[in-house]
Amino acid sequence: MKATGMVRFMLSLMLLAGLIGVTVWMTSIGSVFPDRAFPRTMPPQRLLKEFSIHIRLVTVAELLAIGIGLPIGLILTRRPIPILTNLLEALVNVGQTLPTLCFIFLFSALLGLGIKSVIIALTVYTVLPIVRNTCAGIKSIDPAVREAALGMGMSYLQIFRQIELPVALPTIMAGIRTSTVLNVGSAAVAGYLGVGGFGAIIAEGIAYGGIIQIVLQGAAPTAALAITLDLALGTVERVLTPRGIKVAKAAIAVA
Amino acid sequence: MFQDVWVWTSRHWSYIGELILQHLRIVLIANGIGIVVGILLGIYISGKGRENLADLVIYLTGILLTIPSLAMYGILMAVLGAIGLPRVGFVPVVVALILYGLLPIVRNTYTAIIEVDPAVIEAGLGMGMSYWQLLTKIKLPLAIPVIMAGVRQAVVMNVGIATIGAYIGAEGLGQLIFIGIQNPGRMGNVFVVVGAVFVALLALVSDRILGLLEYLTTPRGVRTGRQP
Repeated sequence: MKATGMVRFMLSLMLLAGLIGVTVWMTSIGSVFPDRAFPRTMPPQRLLKEFSIHIRLVTVAELLAIGIGLPIGLILTRRPIPILTNLLEALVNVGQTLPTLCFIFLFSALLGLGIKSVIIALTVYTVLPIVRNTCAGIKSIDPAVREAALGMGMSYLQIFRQIELPVALPTIMAGIRTSTVLNVGSAAVAGYLGVGGFGAIIAEGIAYGGIIQIVLQGAAPTAALAITLDLALGTVERVLTPRGIKVAKAAIAVA
Repeated sequence: MFQDVWVWTSRHWSYIGELILQHLRIVLIANGIGIVVGILLGIYISGKGRENLADLVIYLTGILLTIPSLAMYGILMAVLGAIGLPRVGFVPVVVALILYGLLPIVRNTYTAIIEVDPAVIEAGLGMGMSYWQLLTKIKLPLAIPVIMAGVRQAVVMNVGIATIGAYIGAEGLGQLIFIGIQNPGRMGNVFVVVGAVFVALLALVSDRILGLLEYLTTPRGVRTGRQP
């Protein structure tokens, strides 16, 4: 088990190094030989600019979604208004089946192209896995444990802070991780809509007649960003898991 | 807006139908290949003494899924171009969808076979069953519902990802969306909405149909009474 852990780590590092290497290589074609007419690739400044836009889109949408999704998830598990709860649950289930892109396209058609509709679309889609995982995390708590806590005289706030939150936290983190990875990919597609980000570079490469070097300048760093965030948040998830309930489980990210 | 969408849709049923068929063709071909490859891979890694290999294979297919679809298409353009296959259109999209579909199918095949009750396998061995008989008469029938759940996940996901294939010139409902984006304005918006709505419907319907199939392929003795 330990051995494959090392191999896994090395493999993902190699993949990351490869992707970043490809990016640097393709960028150097343009900047080391600036006189060469073709292929002229994007300068490093452009790459940095698109990187900062991309990361900002993902961060803003993710933070908004956490801010909205966590309270909704918590309310759903409390069931204050059954009809509302059922409705929201149905909405979350259906939304999960819909392709991410539908959201972006629909919102940009309804609200107009632009950064606002892209962020709204990303947020709406990101909220769903967070709500679902918050619910799943809190519902997974054995009712006997809650009984025991009540019997020990714990208040509802104490149960929430000392039992529900720690037990549900890894699952919630898994939702945040999945949705972040999804967000990186969706933000790339949004780049196509004139918002910027790595998607814009891919779009330009394809628009110039499929210049592979430029396409790779956009594609390789997007993949590298997604894999890095997945690894980093996976580590956070493992750290946050209380030692008593550490179980080997496969995290699923659907991009 | 909604009236425009309705009017346009009702006048262009045959065109939309054609796009849906193109979309389905891509998804079905990709998932057909993906199912064969995924199940064979899943069976292979569930063999004795291959636990480490299984761990790595599932990890790698998981990494494939984290790669954003647009980036995947871009990387495939370079890779397929280098080995002399078409860089745009049908082929790269199908290859990407096969890769994306691997994780749910391989993982579910593997876990389903691994989790067959050892006592049942003992019993089969005691009856003198060969490895092949154990696989086809015990392990696979018991695993099929779980494998079908993986296939369902892969298909629903791929319906969405195939839409972005229109970026690199694949057919399907994505075409409609991209025509819409390239022509901003009232008509363009109608195209985008119609495209997005039909992709969503396609995803929902295929989810339902495969859910039903999942139920039907469950051996009667294993059914838990839950109907989709």
